[in-house]
Amino acid sequence: MKDTSHLIDFAIKYGFLLLMAALIVVFGLNAEGFLSPFSAVFILQSVAITGILALGVTATLVVGGFDLSIGAVATSALMLSAYVMVVWEMSAGMAVVLCLLMGAAVGLVNGLLIVKARIPDLLATLGMMFLLVGLQRIPTEGRSISTGMALPDGSTAAGIFSPGFLMLGRHRLDLIVPDLLPLSVVFLVVIAVLVWVFLELTRHGRLMYAIGSNAQAASLAGANVNRYKIAAYMISGTLASVGGILLAARLGRGDVASGNNLLLDSVAAALIGFAVLGASKPNAFGTAIGALFVGILLQGLTMMNAPYYTQDFIKGGVLVIALVFTFALSGRGGRGRG
Amino acid sequence: MSDQAIRLSGLHKAFGRNQVLRGVDLEIPAGQVTVLMGANGAGKSTLVKILCGVHAADSGEITLGGAPLVANSPSDALRAGVVTVHQNINDGVVPDLDVVSNLVLDSLAGGGGVFLRRGQMRARARQIAAAVGLEIDVRRQVSDLSLADRQLVSIARAMAHEPRLLILDEPTSSLSAVEADRLFDLVEQLRDRGVAILYISHRMSDIRRLADRIVSMRDGAISGVFEDAPLDYSGSVRAMLGHEITEVDIAIPQPGRPVLEVRDLVLRDGARPFSLEARENEVIAITGLVGSGKSDFAGALFGLAAPVSGTMRLDGGPHAPASARAAIDAGVFLCPKDRLINAVVADFDITRNLTLPFIARHSRLSFLSFRSERATAGRMIGTMGIVCQNPSDGILTLSGGNQQKVMVARWMAEAARLLILDEPFQGVDIQARRDIGHKIRETSAHRATIVFVAELDEALEIADRVLVMSEHSIVGEHRNENIDVSAIMAQVVDAEPARAAGQ
Repeated sequence: MKDTSHLIDFAIKYGFLLLMAALIVVFGLNAEGFLSPFSAVFILQSVAITGILALGVTATLVVGGFDLSIGAVATSALMLSAYVMVVWEMSAGMAVVLCLLMGAAVGLVNGLLIVKARIPDLLATLGMMFLLVGLQRIPTEGRSISTGMALPDGSTAAGIFSPGFLMLGRHRLDLIVPDLLPLSVVFLVVIAVLVWVFLELTRHGRLMYAIGSNAQAASLAGANVNRYKIAAYMISGTLASVGGILLAARLGRGDVASGNNLLLDSVAAALIGFAVLGASKPNAFGTAIGALFVGILLQGLTMMNAPYYTQDFIKGGVLVIALVFTFALSGRGGRGRG
Repeated sequence: MSDQAIRLSGLHKAFGRNQVLRGVDLEIPAGQVTVLMGANGAGKSTLVKILCGVHAADSGEITLGGAPLVANSPSDALRAGVVTVHQNINDGVVPDLDVVSNLVLDSLAGGGGVFLRRGQMRARARQIAAAVGLEIDVRRQVSDLSLADRQLVSIARAMAHEPRLLILDEPTSSLSAVEADRLFDLVEQLRDRGVAILYISHRMSDIRRLADRIVSMRDGAISGVFEDAPLDYSGSVRAMLGHEITEVDIAIPQPGRPVLEVRDLVLRDGARPFSLEARENEVIAITGLVGSGKSDFAGALFGLAAPVSGTMRLDGGPHAPASARAAIDAGVFLCPKDRLINAVVADFDITRNLTLPFIARHSRLSFLSFRSERATAGRMIGTMGIVCQNPSDGILTLSGGNQQKVMVARWMAEAARLLILDEPFQGVDIQARRDIGHKIRETSAHRATIVFVAELDEALEIADRVLVMSEHSIVGEHRNENIDVSAIMAQVVDAEPARAAGQ
């Protein structure tokens, strides 16, 4: 009896990390070049943007909420940065600042809708998602933004994506091998560490977890529940806009068609994070590992020549397994939503 | 009279280790209103849930008109003729539908055909409404109706089943006096028609108006049955609250300077203003029935809801906290009732639960000091005598009594000016109750302490002074020395007919 319960404890705690190690071994043996530094960097780069968005969702999950608008915020930031530089011909710095403000403002509105207008979180952020998906296409009448495009008033857009801006998405730092580490990966690591520190080591993070677990108790213990909830959505919106900026910098144009998978991939990463180390709750480390896991899986499958259309299926399977780890095995029930 | 509509014998029910019903024997005769009284946790709601098929009893028997009643689900119970109108009015109606659909809802759910026949439904609904004297346009949306009319709709719907037993669970808790009167008329009609009625209420005015018999419940068993006219109302309350004086030695200390001064406070419209003073080194218990306004008073002191009028002063200065945070900053702490809803953070360990309200004290520039948290947790676990393996164990691994000790310890970790404890002995075993009580008295020297309890025993165990609350006002004050329990009981029970006069 005791042995089996130890075994289950062990499985809950390390099961997911073991699964990830096993995947790396399997891919390493079967796909040539999988274990090279370039492959590792490619994986990191592929998950950098979803990882950053997932860290934002994690903040809203911590307070017991959910943010469905992150994908739309990211693509809005993509379009906005392109518009600012190409049409308005402003600087890269201006584009970044406006995008971050836009993300924070959307988060603020989400938070107010949920806290003040008492709209359920899923519905409020779903509404915001539709609103943004439409809004980002209005200025260009639905077309992508690139240098030289014709504007609705007949003139031609003369602005360009500045080299400094493009660097954010394309530059690689020298690490062991020259030109190895993409800047976007550095952003992911830095943001993951910051979010982790905020949630685990500061009293604000502690209170946000308390709110997510029992908002009434947190409120009666003197926490300003509404303010923390709004802050969580503002963090989410801001991080989503960071993701959008990096996407714009990588693409070099305001592409209306990109970013379709951002929402689902980042939500999956955050939910997979529940299972890492048996946390049974949203957490920054788990989210980062969750994003990495999805990246490893997809890179490995690609290198083993699995057809592209199996990828979503595999992602779904991983998510379901992670949720089983979190909810069924650990019997504690967890508290995830969505 | 001789036809016993329903008879319960030897009913037992436990949830885990918690024995809720310990052998309930009860008869509910047809054509009479049997009022069931019981404090929180006495087992009333469990009993009702067994009768209406939500829970199954562990042992014991229920017979209806001599035949055994086997209700494995609410719809079984309904078919057998047991109909329940729940306390929360909106549980009994579907607000988004019209009255017609609500009245015939059960037959809709029962199946038969796919399409609705409006005309037929409307005729049937009118018939059902007329049967209980409900005079409203059946085409109206339920969400447009007053609470009382919704209540009547849910009763009318219940009556469509031709019940043999009608259970009304605190049906007047959200009705005005006039609306309640309409309800009483209806209940009396049904009684005269031979329905057995089980009426659960704490309101003495309702009970005086309706009761043919009163049954008191305490600690999962029937503690008194009163059926001889005139009914012994105070006897029934005594049976419900218990009156065995527990052996406690309260040495009343000399109170210090006043901390809280309340002047002419009105907690809700129509309630009588009251004043009180709480001093340092003094423990005050405020007792009263459920719904007498204890939690509202606690909420006013802790900044959760502003009183209608009156003033509160703390250490001589005005006290009108706009939020819990403001109250805490002023040194007024509230340990709320219903710990699992209002206090326990289930995802947190013992340490984190303990440090929650004063987490700022354990952090510098927002960064937490885990060492400082551990030190406080260790200290409070020691002083409160919390039995646990490790301060980093989850809070839910503790027994109810130890959980409650953690919740009390949370507010004792810092010095309070006024410490308010709302039902601090709720759901704890006798040992934990003693421990918590001792600790509250032991630490009370440099603050004022107010404890809200419904059980008189608990008040007598802990307080220097016992105040009685009724109808949202203080109606009596007793020094806890050779105390006259029956005088307190009389005040607890004697609800002034304020509702009838006021509204």
